[in-house]
Amino acid sequence: MIHSLFLINASGDIFLEKHWKSVVSRSVCDYFFEAQERASEAENVPPVIPTPHHYLLSVYRHKIFFVAVIQTEVPPLFVIEFLHRVVDTFQDYFGVCSEVMIKDNVVVVYEVLEEMLDNGFPLATESNILKELIKPPTILRTVVNTITGSTNVGDQLPTGQLSVVPWRRTGVKYTNNEAYFDVIEEIDAIIDKSGSTITAEIQGVIDACVKLTGMPDLTLSFMNPRLLDDVSFHPCVRFKRWESERILSFIPPDGNFRLLSYHVSAQNLVAIPVYVKHNISFRDGSSLGRFEITVGPKQTMGKTIEGVMVASQMPKGVLNMSLTPSQGTHIFDPVTKLLSWDVGKINPQKLPSLKGTMSLQAGASKPDENPTINLQFKIQQLAISGSSATDECHCRWP
Amino acid sequence: MTDSKYFTTTKKGEIFELKAELNSDKKEKKKEAVKKVIASMTVGKDVSALFPDVVNCMQTDNLELKKLVYLYLMNYAKSQPDMAIMAVNTFVKDCEDPNPLIRALAVRTMGCIRVDKITEYLCEPLRKCLKDEDPYVRKTAAVCVAKLHDINAQLVEDQGFLDTLKDLISDSNPMVVANAVAALSEIAESHPSSNLLDLNPQSINKLLTALNECTEWGQIFILDCLANYMPKDDREAQSICERVTPRLSHANSAVVLSAVKVLMKFMEMLSKDLDYYGTLLKKLAPPLVTLLSAEPELQYVALRNINLIVQKRPEILKHEMKVFFVKYNDPIYVKLEKLDIMIRLASQANIAQVLAELKEYATEVDVDFVRKAVRAIGRCAIKVEQSAERCVSTLLDLIQTKVNYVVQEAIVVIKDIFRKYPNKYESVIATLCENLDSLDEPEARAAMIWIVGEYAERIDNADELLESFLEGFHDESTQVQLQLLTAIVKLFLKKPTETQELVQQVLSLATQDSDNPDLRDRGYIYWRLLSTDPVAAKEVVLAEKPLISEETDLIEPTLLDELICYIGTLASVYHKPPSAFVEGSRGVVHKSLPPRTGSSESAESPDTAPSGVQAPEQPAVIPTQGDLLGDLLNLDLGPPVSGPPMATSSVQMGAVDLLGGGLDSLMGDESEGLRSDVGGSPAMGGGGSGGGSFAAPSTAAPANLAAPLGSGLGDLFDLTGGVGTLPGSYVAPKTVWLPAMKAKGLEISGTFSRQVGSISMDLVLTNKALQVMSDFAIQFNRNSFGLAPAAPLQVHAPLAPNQSVEISLPLNTVGSVMKMDPLNNLQVAVKNNIDVFYFSTLYPLHILFVEDGKMERQMFLATWKDIPNENEAQFQIKDCSLNADAISSKLQGSNIFTIAKRNVEGQDMLYQSLKLTNGIWVLAELRIQPSNPSFMLSLKCRAPEVAPYVFQAYETVLKN
Repeated sequence: MIHSLFLINASGDIFLEKHWKSVVSRSVCDYFFEAQERASEAENVPPVIPTPHHYLLSVYRHKIFFVAVIQTEVPPLFVIEFLHRVVDTFQDYFGVCSEVMIKDNVVVVYEVLEEMLDNGFPLATESNILKELIKPPTILRTVVNTITGSTNVGDQLPTGQLSVVPWRRTGVKYTNNEAYFDVIEEIDAIIDKSGSTITAEIQGVIDACVKLTGMPDLTLSFMNPRLLDDVSFHPCVRFKRWESERILSFIPPDGNFRLLSYHVSAQNLVAIPVYVKHNISFRDGSSLGRFEITVGPKQTMGKTIEGVMVASQMPKGVLNMSLTPSQGTHIFDPVTKLLSWDVGKINPQKLPSLKGTMSLQAGASKPDENPTINLQFKIQQLAISGSSATDECHCRWP
Repeated sequence: MTDSKYFTTTKKGEIFELKAELNSDKKEKKKEAVKKVIASMTVGKDVSALFPDVVNCMQTDNLELKKLVYLYLMNYAKSQPDMAIMAVNTFVKDCEDPNPLIRALAVRTMGCIRVDKITEYLCEPLRKCLKDEDPYVRKTAAVCVAKLHDINAQLVEDQGFLDTLKDLISDSNPMVVANAVAALSEIAESHPSSNLLDLNPQSINKLLTALNECTEWGQIFILDCLANYMPKDDREAQSICERVTPRLSHANSAVVLSAVKVLMKFMEMLSKDLDYYGTLLKKLAPPLVTLLSAEPELQYVALRNINLIVQKRPEILKHEMKVFFVKYNDPIYVKLEKLDIMIRLASQANIAQVLAELKEYATEVDVDFVRKAVRAIGRCAIKVEQSAERCVSTLLDLIQTKVNYVVQEAIVVIKDIFRKYPNKYESVIATLCENLDSLDEPEARAAMIWIVGEYAERIDNADELLESFLEGFHDESTQVQLQLLTAIVKLFLKKPTETQELVQQVLSLATQDSDNPDLRDRGYIYWRLLSTDPVAAKEVVLAEKPLISEETDLIEPTLLDELICYIGTLASVYHKPPSAFVEGSRGVVHKSLPPRTGSSESAESPDTAPSGVQAPEQPAVIPTQGDLLGDLLNLDLGPPVSGPPMATSSVQMGAVDLLGGGLDSLMGDESEGLRSDVGGSPAMGGGGSGGGSFAAPSTAAPANLAAPLGSGLGDLFDLTGGVGTLPGSYVAPKTVWLPAMKAKGLEISGTFSRQVGSISMDLVLTNKALQVMSDFAIQFNRNSFGLAPAAPLQVHAPLAPNQSVEISLPLNTVGSVMKMDPLNNLQVAVKNNIDVFYFSTLYPLHILFVEDGKMERQMFLATWKDIPNENEAQFQIKDCSLNADAISSKLQGSNIFTIAKRNVEGQDMLYQSLKLTNGIWVLAELRIQPSNPSFMLSLKCRAPEVAPYVFQAYETVLKN
């Protein structure tokens, strides 16, 4: 099982170590540093690194490497999932997960890590339960603790720890009972020159924030549940009910949690809510090229498209670009040849465009590549798949 | 007010100050001091000197302070064992505390203190806690048993904790069950022989119930444990699968992958005709696809596992090609894995898409990735024939980019494409030649030289090209030198007139100026061949090469099956069995897939030698230099046999064949000049006059020392034609086929034999009657393999009473075919002057194993994979005490050829092939355990009905 954990910052300092079994010398991280050196970027460090006596499994989040050391055959996904859980917990406790924050709260971090694993076996990883065992630091509590001498360690066995609903603590009370569900859908699509979709897939999640008293039992139904190809549920969801009736039935954890994530594959073709009109041309013999792109909305059901970012990798022959945007700001990096344009909101009455010329290397033959255009955008309150618009949500207290 | 204040130091020295604070009277100050100590500990500072002071703070009601002290203790107790004893009393007292949290904390902490003296005191509290009324304490105690076992295994066994732990599997609380399973699994891993997790249908049922209710981590432990269970029949397997399937929808990817492992394993037992089998296959795809939208580290592990799954059951993901397309922001390790899977999934249906993608990848920036993409295009061409043309033109486009490493990579793969599709794409050679100068990597240079040599006759300036390489011969790597040598010899054989000088130059460079033994040896062999017999040289050097197979770097089938059992583990990431790399695995239990129902083979075999296992060799598309030399020396056993084998072929043993083939052609040359048709001409007759006259076109052949030798050898081999009994395949002793009383006094006994391609029926006819017998004739009924007499039965003199005659009747296999039962039944009619008699006999199948039954290695892998599992038959060969090498050589005598030998966990695995006269290939895997006289034989064949007879043949050959 998980032997030790090292936290390493971007400059290669080990700033925290925790051992759940015997102490493993930190020199084991040298193998990690070697691998880190070989990888060009931090993201490219391989997640599994063998050393003569141990295996190092790492994740890179928030500019920190979380390196777990294992000695025996352990499912690597188990370790990596656990490391992600550690990151999530830190974030939950301290708001952000950063080196400074961890150093500032090192004792709490240490206590939390101790509660999460016992001898390498996960003990309590639900933040609901952890927060009962080790209270997250707040300014108020620090003040109170100093005055009264009380502690931020709970001395009661967390109630949820052994019930059939380990994710929920008992005795929750709210004066206002409320539950919010955020449906967030991410669409990845590749569109060819003429505008037809080559691939499109949707990754969706439903994040919930539930503040309800007692032990509520919720049911949630979908308009069109068939569209969901593959779903992964929070453990609270009753799978049988979903299988038979396509209804989500669950006792929610208290607070924020991810209810489910789903995947809608390309077979159920989706309408992409934006389009790009482009006119990029190079001419033989001329050292100037024309560049013009326009972004516009398409089937957005009246919703505004915002946060639009356009990025395009220009051919190597392009020396510089002189462009004028109708809105937003743009940058062309002559070294990497990357053009990026921060568009912002799209006003359907006045479509944003970026026009101008490109200066090409003199004498070089005309570039034959069609630059790819990356477009990012956000639309609030629109679920593209059309599947997850919820129909009804019922709550029942037993 | 943050914890960073704990790191500030003062002038007096940190330790000194902390000591004072720890001994303070004020509770608050004490706590702050302990926090400072812990803070220093977390960053790796040594604060062990404070041990007694910290332990003094232990007796407190303040839970936070207690926890902090415990944290400290766990870290430093080992370095201060005597001081740690001081803490024992508090622990024991805490184990009786009314608060379950404190009881659990105490037992948990005690287990983490790795000091022998303390463990002795731990036993009693632990025993109590294992039976505690509070499940939280029980589950903590379960883990503690594993900890204690790690420190002192004997103690745990003596105290009977293992039995208590086993009882916890039936606990009412699912979390306790999960932890007990986890603890037992960990203990079992270090002691594989202990048989701790003895699973039976009842305990499985309990685990499956607990599975639905425990935490995600518990689910992983339980699923991994389930995967080790062997259901007794397919119905049980199906019911487990049904209950495990819902786990595929879990948010935790480790749960998903563990569930996939259980399903993949138990699926082996389900019949393919079941509806459920199809449903299950369909259910497996979506969760695997979803894993690919997780974080990159998870994706990586998932992809390594998908790589195995795709090899085992390609049907699961065959429609999901698009999800493996590389995203621009994937980390490089994910990109490379995706590429690998894309090639495995490439088929005629999706090849256009794949190629378009690969072409894009080849223009990316990352060099490693680009190289792999270019290689992938080549592999697609080889795998999907219809796409070859498109692949070649894509590669040409890439060569036009003139990006150095792209060009080199492209040339390497084009060479493979030439080998796969000879005489199809040679038009591109001109383009390749243009890039000759830019090649600086040995592999690319070697590939280019090979191409030039192979197609020398179509390249006008081939000699100039090769000559240009020759200038820096000694600076080249061995790979290039060897290729250059072979290429120039090829060129010489194709254009002898213009290139004499060149060939002499390269031969002398290779043999005289080089100190590389491979190069020298190859040089000498060529030299000798050219000087002795250029025709033979042509046969050898310009021989047709076997086609390269489509699937490369497949994992060997047995290893693949084993790895499927390890889905989700490190083994699956490294594609090696765990015994090959897991540190301290004191003998790992060897896992294997369950047999499909019906076969009775026991599935788990204990491993005897935990020694490291070699990584499976990745068969390369391009034969390495070793292979080339191997090819050269193996030079087909004799000239290619066409048509029915001649009864008296000239040469017997492989070792002399090299010369034999040469001599054949040599004799042919005498009368017919330079002719490539050497065939099976029985040339031994006129060996006497060979000297000097053979029409070598090479006046440049370096030394003509072979002339007298030729005739000498000819004489030598003359002998072989007439000798009857030479080492060949096993011949059974003669048995009586037709007793005298059934045939009016004629007794026939006989046996079958095979020597160098000819089958014969060795008969003894005995006359037990009172009158003379004559006018013998023989006829066979139609039979399964078309066996028929190749010549009439010739008994020269009439057979007098009480006289017997031995006859060897040559047989061929061109007779008419009818399937017999048993398959090897042969009905024979014998006629003489008295009457016609009928009898039937069974012939051993090994007389039908032909001499060219050695399959190429890659071909073997691909074929093995290709033949469906239903066609696999397993047999046990009992009581045979030979070792692997003896077996190989013995079987080889009967034309069962060993293609590869691998040592897995101390067992020898022999991979063998044989071919029957009617062209049916049979592939075999023979598993030999050193201490066990029984071997396991697995046979795969497209015509599975021959398997039992092949098995009989194995038995016969091995036991005699």
